[in-house]
Amino acid sequence: MRIAVQAEPFDLGAEVSAFTAGVRGAGAVVSFTGLVRDEGGSLSGMEIEHYPGMTGKAISGIAAEAVARWNLVDALVIHRYGKLAPGEAIMMVATAALHRGDAFAAAEYLMDYLKSRAPFWKKELSAGGEAWVAAKDSDEDALKRW
Amino acid sequence: MIDVLYFAWVRERIGLPRERIETGAATVAELVEELRGREERYQAAFADLTSLRVALDQELASFDAPLAGVREVAFFPPMTGG
Repeated sequence: MRIAVQAEPFDLGAEVSAFTAGVRGAGAVVSFTGLVRDEGGSLSGMEIEHYPGMTGKAISGIAAEAVARWNLVDALVIHRYGKLAPGEAIMMVATAALHRGDAFAAAEYLMDYLKSRAPFWKKELSAGGEAWVAAKDSDEDALKRW
Repeated sequence: MIDVLYFAWVRERIGLPRERIETGAATVAELVEELRGREERYQAAFADLTSLRVALDQELASFDAPLAGVREVAFFPPMTGG
């Protein structure tokens, strides 16, 4: 299980390849990548703040729960912070399991929990100014299905 | 002494990322009351507790949680990761 919280961009292809190469015995690898939207060209970027003392711990807990619940061979979470331009990758998860159902479910679980239980806050930057992204009720509701 | 951290718009409203506070508050709610009584900017930040979350020593907690033994309290809006 690798958890990385970093300002630097990551190489999605290289990360998925390296992850896949290390998961002996798995029959399925699922990856998800979140990108900065440009909202029809109105956004100039996004600034992501996090709580350094808590972020790694929170993500590790979420990932360990996913590994245990779906009997994953391995899991990977990379999440960036700082200033990002539209189109840049914000984060990625990868899960490896014996079968694809478990790999997909675990990846969705990771995304649902990272969204509202990992201490990151997004601020949208545009020509008109800046605005903190508000959490949606649907984000919290998404946790109930697990 | 307790370290109090603020993130996102809570940090912006209060105007600082962290401070050390000498407090006799027994719970998070009591600490919030104490901070609200300080200045306008704290009132602005803590106006609506339903739009705030709190972590004690880097673990999410509730506003009625006790502060005994806690070294770090963090206040922030609901998280928007992913």
